[in-house]
Amino acid sequence: MNPLWFDIAHLLAGGVLVLSLMLLYQDRITAVINVFALQAVVLSLSVGWQALVQSAPHLVATALIALVAKGVIIPTALHRIVRKLDIHREVERVVSGGPTMLAGLGLVALSILLVQPVVETADPVAREDFAFALAVVLLGLLVMITRRNAVTQVIGFMSLENGLILAATGAKGMPLVVEVSVAFSVLIAFIVFGVFVFRIRERFDTVDVNVLERYRGERREHL
Amino acid sequence: MPEVTIGLWCIAGFLGTGVLGAVLGRHAVATPLVYGTAMCVALAAVLLALEVLLGAAPATSLVLPIGLPGLGAHFRLDALAAFFMLVVNFGAAAASLYAIGYGRHEKAPLRVLPFYGPFLAAMNLVLLAADAFTFLLSWELMSLASWTLVVSNHRQSANIRAGFIYLLMASFGTLCLLLTFGLLSNATGDFTFERMRAAGSSETVVAMATLLALVGAGSKAGLVPLHVWLPLAHPAAPSHVSALLSGVMTKVGVYGFMRIVFDVIGDLSPWAGLVVVVAGGATAVLGVLYAVMQRDLKRLLAYSTVENIGIIFIGLGLALAFRADGQAPAAALALTAALFHVLNHSVFKSLLFFGAGAVQSATGERDMEKLGGLVHRMPQTAVVFLIGCMSIAALPPLNGFVSEWMTFQAILLSPQLTPWGLKFAVPAVGAMLALAAALAGACFVKAFGVVFLSRPRSPAAANATEVDGFALTAMLMLAWVCVVAGTLPGFVIDALHPVTRALAGSALPTQAGVPWLSIVPIAESRSSYNGLIVFFFLIASGSMTALVVHRLASRRTRKSPAWDCGYPLDSPITQYSSASFAMPIRRVFGTVVFGVHETVDMPRPGEMRAGHYRLRVRDPAWRYLYGPLARLVLRSAHKLNRLQFLTIRRYLALVFAALIVLMLVVAAWR
Repeated sequence: MNPLWFDIAHLLAGGVLVLSLMLLYQDRITAVINVFALQAVVLSLSVGWQALVQSAPHLVATALIALVAKGVIIPTALHRIVRKLDIHREVERVVSGGPTMLAGLGLVALSILLVQPVVETADPVAREDFAFALAVVLLGLLVMITRRNAVTQVIGFMSLENGLILAATGAKGMPLVVEVSVAFSVLIAFIVFGVFVFRIRERFDTVDVNVLERYRGERREHL
Repeated sequence: MPEVTIGLWCIAGFLGTGVLGAVLGRHAVATPLVYGTAMCVALAAVLLALEVLLGAAPATSLVLPIGLPGLGAHFRLDALAAFFMLVVNFGAAAASLYAIGYGRHEKAPLRVLPFYGPFLAAMNLVLLAADAFTFLLSWELMSLASWTLVVSNHRQSANIRAGFIYLLMASFGTLCLLLTFGLLSNATGDFTFERMRAAGSSETVVAMATLLALVGAGSKAGLVPLHVWLPLAHPAAPSHVSALLSGVMTKVGVYGFMRIVFDVIGDLSPWAGLVVVVAGGATAVLGVLYAVMQRDLKRLLAYSTVENIGIIFIGLGLALAFRADGQAPAAALALTAALFHVLNHSVFKSLLFFGAGAVQSATGERDMEKLGGLVHRMPQTAVVFLIGCMSIAALPPLNGFVSEWMTFQAILLSPQLTPWGLKFAVPAVGAMLALAAALAGACFVKAFGVVFLSRPRSPAAANATEVDGFALTAMLMLAWVCVVAGTLPGFVIDALHPVTRALAGSALPTQAGVPWLSIVPIAESRSSYNGLIVFFFLIASGSMTALVVHRLASRRTRKSPAWDCGYPLDSPITQYSSASFAMPIRRVFGTVVFGVHETVDMPRPGEMRAGHYRLRVRDPAWRYLYGPLARLVLRSAHKLNRLQFLTIRRYLALVFAALIVLMLVVAAWR
């Protein structure tokens, strides 16, 4: 295979990872949603490239699902929610940007350290892809735990799921069923989260999760 | 049909009696029906076990397609399993017969009947299991079924507490066994005993597995300091179940240890034997010391079970040491002694618990300070209880003597061992065994004397009546076995040949050909014992004495003031009590071992209030081991309680942190 093909595959997978890191230091919700949409677009490009490299036409379907669902529908819906709730100006992080970025870099290093020896014998395209994918998953989790707004937590979860898709498509011969089911589960999760967010809003006039904690009578001030 | 299949059908029969008990529980006919069926099934299993053992039939095995996928359930009936099957089902048959009469006093039969059969079935399943999964499953089923029986009388909070502690200890024991099997199967990843046996492991793994098996099976059998649940749980159950728990289930614990260490692990260093011997010695001495202190009859019996388990483990440890040292005949002697004691203890401990149950159903009392004089009220029970006491105190010509004598013979062979440490340590354990035997004598003189002799200490004891025929038949049957196994031990020893040959690589010389029905474990020049001669000598000398006294003594009526035995007052309270009997032993060992605390509150002259004497005896295992452990658990539980009230984000962070830590461990270890 042409070495350029690897390089492009790595470039695109690396792009997904860089966008995950960008998610970490965004302050505004609108910016977070935009970065997420961009990540979905890059992800679909990466998956499309994999379809070409592995000559697996079903991956094109996966790429399209990712592009339409995560690149267009979900961001649009989230933008609508944010506008409707009037929270697009809110800054809502628990840990400030610097330490979060440092932690994120540490996670990337850890996942490379962990994955590299395991997949040494694997197909060279899959090799780096797995490290990137694991890093994206971990960063998604990090987003979920460093934000206090329900909407950004949803985005963290979906970015985590992007990592899963990246891993699934990087490996040769992963059937389409898996990807379709993963995509649908995320869509359903998104719907559930959306309903949940609106219910919270109706009840408490905010989507700040801390208010829920206060409601349970266990607010801790240092959050 | 192969023998193992018949065994499984017997187990199905036991389970069937459980169903029967659950369906018919409310009818009056349920009690005799369930226990009668259970007795028939148990007798069938006894016959099966005898056939395998005496016929020296080859081991039969069976794989059923249930259980873990890819593993199935493996069953195997070999000589060791057959011997323990004999012990278990003989005890079960006796207990069922006893319960046909005794069960009529049951207040809530639905709490006992449905679980009785499954308990027996589970014990038999443990014996037949031939893979780790089936073994552990049956082991847990046995714990669970016996737990339901322990808490059957749930209105007393002490019983609930006993059940809780039992459940804790049982889970702990199973955890240890689980780890044992994990270690042993690690080499192959296969959980059948056959593969584990073939696999072999490194020396460290074997040592750890042996230790874990000792702890895991020992907690079921009642090794000190894992014995704490036993004196709480055994008395809590109905008496026929107490007999099963104490006489039979502890033996299943011994079986678990033997199956894992003797059979599956196989090769060991002699030092492992020493560990087992020392654990057994400590258990024997401490168990009997606790037993002497008790005033609750059933609790005394339960502590005495601890002592006997110690004796059995001394024999097992010696067998391990001799076998590892390459001395198969000596190993066979020690193993025979241990197995013989397993059989004996199951017989006489069941008999004694039946006796205690008879006393309890006749008087409603277990407290020895409120009993007494029952020999006049319950003469037949008194005779069989006396035989049980004499057996357990190892008096010739009864069976307890033979097995303890053989254990001593094995200890006397210890100078043959090569490692110098063992040469010195084993005789020291022998001294402990001798102390335990002597104290057991004192303990059962006290048990029999205080309960059956002297004058009644309460109206309940004064108005007791003899128990029913079923219970008496069961006790008589066991007493008869005690006498026969004691006077003709050669037959029992010969029957054990297949077991010792399989596990120790050798067997004792066949005793059937020895003249005068003596037993000669090693060589005629060294030692021999003839129970029959002792038996006839005792009978002859006893009848001669009686004859002489009755014929030659003067028949002239004499009149003199009645001898008041040194008690000037007439009240039964002034008699020698159970606490006063134990006082010398308590004074010698009490302060060191038990932390005995005596307080006397004596009114001054002229004061009208009553004087008080308070005695507090504490089990040091609670004070030094379980108390601190429980406090530690409580404290950390209190700290961890806060984890219940975290926010979602924090829970996620916890999961995340755990993930990262695991990843770091993986990254660092490679």
